[in-house]
Amino acid sequence: MEQPAVSSATGTKPAPLKKVLIIVSKGTLENVYAGLVMANGALMEGMEANMFFTFFGLSAIEKDKQDHLHTATVGNPAFMPQIPTMLAGLPGFESFASFMMRKEMDKLDIPPVSEFMEMIVAGGGKLYGCKLAVDMFKLSREDFIDDLEDIITVGDMYALAAGEGTQIIFI
Amino acid sequence: MPEIQIEGTQLEVTDEGYLTDPSQWTENIAQHLAQETGIELTEKHFEVLKFLRDQTEAGVPLTIRRIGKSGIVSIKDFYALFPGGPLKVSSRIAGIHKPASCV
Repeated sequence: MEQPAVSSATGTKPAPLKKVLIIVSKGTLENVYAGLVMANGALMEGMEANMFFTFFGLSAIEKDKQDHLHTATVGNPAFMPQIPTMLAGLPGFESFASFMMRKEMDKLDIPPVSEFMEMIVAGGGKLYGCKLAVDMFKLSREDFIDDLEDIITVGDMYALAAGEGTQIIFI
Repeated sequence: MPEIQIEGTQLEVTDEGYLTDPSQWTENIAQHLAQETGIELTEKHFEVLKFLRDQTEAGVPLTIRRIGKSGIVSIKDFYALFPGGPLKVSSRIAGIHKPASCV
Protein backbone atom coordinates (compact mmCIF):
# COMPACT_ATOMS: atom_id res chain seq x y z
CA MET A 1 0.00 0.00 0.00
CA GLU A 2 1.37 3.44 -0.89
CA GLN A 3 2.01 5.66 2.11
CA PRO A 4 2.81 9.35 1.80
CA ALA A 5 6.56 9.62 2.31
CA VAL A 6 8.26 11.97 4.74
CA SER A 7 11.83 13.06 4.13
CA SER A 8 14.22 12.97 7.05
CA ALA A 9 17.94 12.90 7.71
CA THR A 10 17.89 9.11 7.56
CA GLY A 11 16.04 9.03 4.22
CA THR A 12 12.38 8.78 3.32
CA LYS A 13 10.25 6.73 5.68
CA PRO A 14 6.49 6.18 5.70
CA ALA A 15 4.40 8.78 7.55
CA PRO A 16 3.08 7.46 10.87
CA LEU A 17 -0.58 6.67 11.40
CA LYS A 18 -2.59 9.65 12.64
CA LYS A 19 -5.99 8.27 13.46
CA VAL A 20 -7.83 4.97 13.90
CA LEU A 21 -11.47 3.96 13.86
CA ILE A 22 -12.00 0.65 15.64
CA ILE A 23 -15.27 -1.16 14.95
CA VAL A 24 -16.23 -3.77 17.55
CA SER A 25 -18.97 -6.14 16.40
CA LYS A 26 -18.53 -8.94 18.93
CA GLY A 27 -19.25 -9.13 22.62
CA THR A 28 -16.74 -11.65 23.88
CA LEU A 29 -13.90 -10.78 26.24
CA GLU A 30 -11.09 -11.29 23.77
CA ASN A 31 -12.74 -9.26 21.02
CA VAL A 32 -13.76 -6.33 23.20
CA TYR A 33 -10.39 -6.15 24.93
CA ALA A 34 -8.56 -6.35 21.60
CA GLY A 35 -10.48 -3.23 20.56
CA LEU A 36 -9.89 -1.42 23.84
CA VAL A 37 -6.15 -2.15 23.94
CA MET A 38 -5.79 -0.96 20.36
CA ALA A 39 -7.76 2.23 20.95
CA ASN A 40 -5.87 3.04 24.14
CA GLY A 41 -2.60 2.10 22.45
CA ALA A 42 -3.30 4.52 19.62
CA LEU A 43 -4.00 7.35 22.09
CA MET A 44 -0.80 6.53 23.95
CA GLU A 45 1.11 6.93 20.69
CA GLY A 46 -0.35 10.38 20.18
CA MET A 47 -2.93 9.28 17.59
CA GLU A 48 -6.65 10.02 17.54
CA ALA A 49 -8.97 7.09 18.20
CA ASN A 50 -12.68 6.52 17.78
CA MET A 51 -14.56 3.34 18.65
CA PHE A 52 -17.82 2.18 17.07
CA PHE A 53 -19.78 -0.62 18.75
CA THR A 54 -22.28 -2.64 16.76
CA PHE A 55 -24.29 -5.87 17.15
CA PHE A 56 -22.91 -7.86 20.04
CA GLY A 57 -20.27 -5.21 20.61
CA LEU A 58 -23.05 -3.16 22.20
CA SER A 59 -22.64 -5.31 25.32
CA ALA A 60 -19.31 -3.60 25.87
CA ILE A 61 -21.01 -0.22 26.29
CA GLU A 62 -24.09 -1.40 28.21
CA LYS A 63 -23.89 -0.33 31.84
CA ASP A 64 -25.00 -3.64 33.36
CA LYS A 65 -23.17 -5.95 30.96
CA GLN A 66 -19.77 -4.43 30.27
CA ASP A 67 -17.94 -5.82 33.31
CA HIS A 68 -19.44 -9.28 32.96
CA LEU A 69 -18.40 -10.30 29.49
CA HIS A 70 -17.65 -13.92 28.70
CA THR A 71 -15.41 -15.85 26.39
CA ALA A 72 -16.66 -18.97 24.62
CA THR A 73 -15.57 -22.33 25.96
CA VAL A 74 -17.73 -24.38 23.59
CA GLY A 75 -17.12 -24.15 19.88
CA ASN A 76 -13.89 -22.29 20.54
CA PRO A 77 -11.10 -24.70 19.58
CA ALA A 78 -8.50 -22.02 20.26
CA PHE A 79 -9.36 -22.05 23.96
CA MET A 80 -8.24 -25.10 25.91
CA PRO A 81 -8.27 -27.60 23.01
CA GLN A 82 -7.72 -30.43 25.47
CA ILE A 83 -11.05 -29.90 27.22
CA PRO A 84 -13.83 -32.00 25.65
CA THR A 85 -16.95 -30.10 24.57
CA MET A 86 -19.13 -32.13 26.96
CA LEU A 87 -17.09 -30.79 29.87
CA ALA A 88 -16.76 -27.26 28.55
CA GLY A 89 -20.54 -27.06 28.14
CA LEU A 90 -21.35 -27.89 31.76
CA PRO A 91 -23.33 -25.23 33.62
CA GLY A 92 -21.07 -22.61 35.14
CA PHE A 93 -17.97 -23.63 33.20
CA GLU A 94 -18.10 -20.70 30.80
CA SER A 95 -18.73 -18.26 33.65
CA PHE A 96 -15.82 -19.68 35.61
CA ALA A 97 -13.42 -19.64 32.64
CA SER A 98 -14.40 -16.04 31.87
CA PHE A 99 -13.89 -15.05 35.49
CA MET A 100 -10.40 -16.62 35.48
CA MET A 101 -9.54 -14.79 32.27
CA ARG A 102 -10.60 -11.46 33.77
CA LYS A 103 -8.49 -12.20 36.85
CA GLU A 104 -5.41 -12.90 34.71
CA MET A 105 -5.88 -9.61 32.90
CA ASP A 106 -6.18 -7.74 36.17
CA LYS A 107 -2.81 -9.19 37.23
CA LEU A 108 -1.29 -7.56 34.15
CA ASP A 109 -2.85 -4.25 35.18
CA ILE A 110 -5.45 -4.41 32.43
CA PRO A 111 -8.51 -2.67 33.85
CA PRO A 112 -12.12 -3.87 33.73
CA VAL A 113 -14.02 -2.70 30.65
CA SER A 114 -15.73 0.20 32.45
CA GLU A 115 -12.46 1.62 33.78
CA PHE A 116 -10.68 1.00 30.48
CA MET A 117 -13.29 3.04 28.65
CA GLU A 118 -12.93 5.86 31.18
CA MET A 119 -9.19 5.85 30.45
CA ILE A 120 -9.82 5.96 26.70
CA VAL A 121 -12.25 8.87 27.02
CA ALA A 122 -9.84 10.69 29.37
CA GLY A 123 -7.19 10.31 26.67
CA GLY A 124 -9.42 11.98 24.11
CA GLY A 125 -10.94 8.88 22.50
CA LYS A 126 -14.63 8.86 21.59
CA LEU A 127 -17.11 5.98 21.85
CA TYR A 128 -20.09 5.53 19.53
CA GLY A 129 -22.97 3.09 19.25
CA CYS A 130 -24.58 1.75 16.10
CA LYS A 131 -28.13 3.03 15.59
CA LEU A 132 -29.20 -0.04 13.63
CA ALA A 133 -28.03 -2.43 16.31
CA VAL A 134 -29.53 -0.33 19.08
CA ASP A 135 -32.91 -0.39 17.33
CA MET A 136 -32.61 -4.11 16.60
CA PHE A 137 -31.91 -5.02 20.21
CA LYS A 138 -34.59 -2.56 21.35
CA LEU A 139 -32.19 -0.63 23.56
CA SER A 140 -32.20 3.04 24.46
CA ARG A 141 -29.68 5.71 25.46
CA GLU A 142 -30.26 5.03 29.18
CA ASP A 143 -28.93 1.45 28.80
CA PHE A 144 -25.53 2.76 27.81
CA ILE A 145 -22.64 4.32 29.71
CA ASP A 146 -22.63 8.07 30.25
CA ASP A 147 -19.37 8.45 28.36
CA LEU A 148 -20.98 7.26 25.11
CA GLU A 149 -20.55 10.15 22.69
CA ASP A 150 -23.51 9.38 20.44
CA ILE A 151 -25.55 6.70 18.67
CA ILE A 152 -24.93 7.11 14.95
CA THR A 153 -25.63 5.63 11.53
CA VAL A 154 -23.13 3.97 9.22
CA GLY A 155 -22.65 7.16 7.19
CA ASP A 156 -21.66 9.13 10.28
CA MET A 157 -19.39 6.25 11.25
CA TYR A 158 -17.44 6.64 8.02
CA ALA A 159 -17.11 10.36 8.73
CA LEU A 160 -15.22 9.37 11.88
CA ALA A 161 -12.54 7.90 9.64
CA ALA A 162 -12.05 11.02 7.57
CA GLY A 163 -8.58 12.38 6.97
CA GLU A 164 -5.29 11.11 5.60
CA GLY A 165 -3.37 8.70 7.74
CA THR A 166 -6.53 7.07 9.10
CA GLN A 167 -7.15 3.35 9.35
CA ILE A 168 -10.35 1.42 10.04
CA ILE A 169 -9.98 -1.77 12.07
CA PHE A 170 -12.85 -4.22 12.20
CA ILE A 171 -13.16 -6.70 15.06
CA MET B 1 24.36 4.13 20.17
CA PRO B 2 23.97 7.78 19.26
CA GLU B 3 25.12 10.43 21.69
CA ILE B 4 23.78 13.84 22.58
CA GLN B 5 25.35 16.70 24.44
CA ILE B 6 23.53 18.71 27.06
CA GLU B 7 25.39 21.54 28.77
CA GLY B 8 28.76 19.95 28.28
CA THR B 9 27.76 16.43 29.38
CA GLN B 10 27.94 13.61 26.84
CA LEU B 11 24.91 11.36 27.13
CA GLU B 12 24.33 8.08 25.36
CA VAL B 13 20.81 7.62 24.06
CA THR B 14 18.91 4.87 22.25
CA ASP B 15 17.81 5.32 18.64
CA GLU B 16 14.53 6.70 19.95
CA GLY B 17 16.16 9.23 22.23
CA TYR B 18 15.89 7.51 25.62
CA LEU B 19 18.83 7.80 28.04
CA THR B 20 20.68 4.49 28.24
CA ASP B 21 21.89 5.34 31.74
CA PRO B 22 19.05 6.68 33.93
CA SER B 23 21.45 7.65 36.71
CA GLN B 24 22.89 10.41 34.53
CA TRP B 25 19.61 12.30 34.67
CA THR B 26 19.31 15.72 36.25
CA GLU B 27 16.46 18.21 36.28
CA ASN B 28 18.45 20.34 33.86
CA ILE B 29 18.69 17.49 31.40
CA ALA B 30 14.93 17.06 31.74
CA GLN B 31 14.40 20.71 30.79
CA HIS B 32 16.50 20.24 27.66
CA LEU B 33 14.77 17.03 26.64
CA ALA B 34 11.39 18.68 27.21
CA GLN B 35 12.32 21.69 25.13
CA GLU B 36 13.04 19.39 22.19
CA THR B 37 9.40 18.27 22.36
CA GLY B 38 8.14 21.80 22.86
CA ILE B 39 7.11 21.28 26.48
CA GLU B 40 7.81 23.76 29.27
CA LEU B 41 8.27 21.88 32.53
CA THR B 42 6.32 23.13 35.53
CA GLU B 43 6.27 21.88 39.10
CA LYS B 44 3.41 19.57 38.23
CA HIS B 45 5.49 18.07 35.42
CA PHE B 46 8.34 17.38 37.83
CA GLU B 47 5.96 15.75 40.32
CA VAL B 48 5.00 13.27 37.62
CA LEU B 49 8.60 12.78 36.49
CA LYS B 50 9.66 12.04 40.05
CA PHE B 51 6.85 9.51 40.39
CA LEU B 52 7.94 7.79 37.17
CA ARG B 53 11.55 7.60 38.32
CA ASP B 54 10.59 6.31 41.78
CA GLN B 55 8.40 3.60 40.27
CA THR B 56 11.13 2.54 37.86
CA GLU B 57 13.67 2.36 40.69
CA ALA B 58 11.28 0.22 42.71
CA GLY B 59 10.99 -2.08 39.69
CA VAL B 60 7.28 -1.42 39.24
CA PRO B 61 6.21 -1.69 35.57
CA LEU B 62 4.68 1.55 34.33
CA THR B 63 1.22 1.60 32.86
CA ILE B 64 -1.00 4.57 32.22
CA ARG B 65 -3.55 2.98 34.53
CA ARG B 66 -1.10 3.05 37.43
CA ILE B 67 -0.32 6.70 36.78
CA GLY B 68 -4.00 7.57 36.76
CA LYS B 69 -4.45 5.80 40.08
CA SER B 70 -1.31 7.26 41.64
CA GLY B 71 -3.10 10.30 43.00
CA ILE B 72 -0.42 12.54 41.50
CA VAL B 73 -2.22 13.28 38.27
CA SER B 74 -5.42 12.22 36.51
CA ILE B 75 -5.21 10.57 33.10
CA LYS B 76 -6.82 13.58 31.45
CA ASP B 77 -4.24 15.93 33.01
CA PHE B 78 -1.44 13.52 32.13
CA TYR B 79 -2.38 13.79 28.46
CA ALA B 80 -2.48 17.58 28.81
CA LEU B 81 0.93 17.79 30.51
CA PHE B 82 2.72 15.56 28.01
CA PRO B 83 0.87 15.70 24.68
CA GLY B 84 1.54 13.27 21.85
CA GLY B 85 1.89 9.97 23.61
CA PRO B 86 2.13 10.87 27.30
CA LEU B 87 3.81 7.77 28.71
CA LYS B 88 6.46 7.71 26.01
CA VAL B 89 7.16 11.43 26.13
CA SER B 90 7.29 11.65 29.93
CA SER B 91 9.51 8.54 30.18
CA ARG B 92 11.97 10.08 27.77
CA ILE B 93 12.05 13.37 29.67
CA ALA B 94 12.36 11.47 32.97
CA GLY B 95 15.47 9.75 31.65
CA ILE B 96 14.10 6.24 32.14
CA HIS B 97 13.70 3.41 29.67
CA LYS B 98 11.01 3.33 27.02
CA PRO B 99 7.85 1.87 28.59
CA ALA B 100 7.27 -1.74 27.61
CA SER B 101 3.58 -2.05 28.27
CA CYS B 102 0.51 -2.37 26.12
CA VAL B 103 -1.66 -0.47 28.55
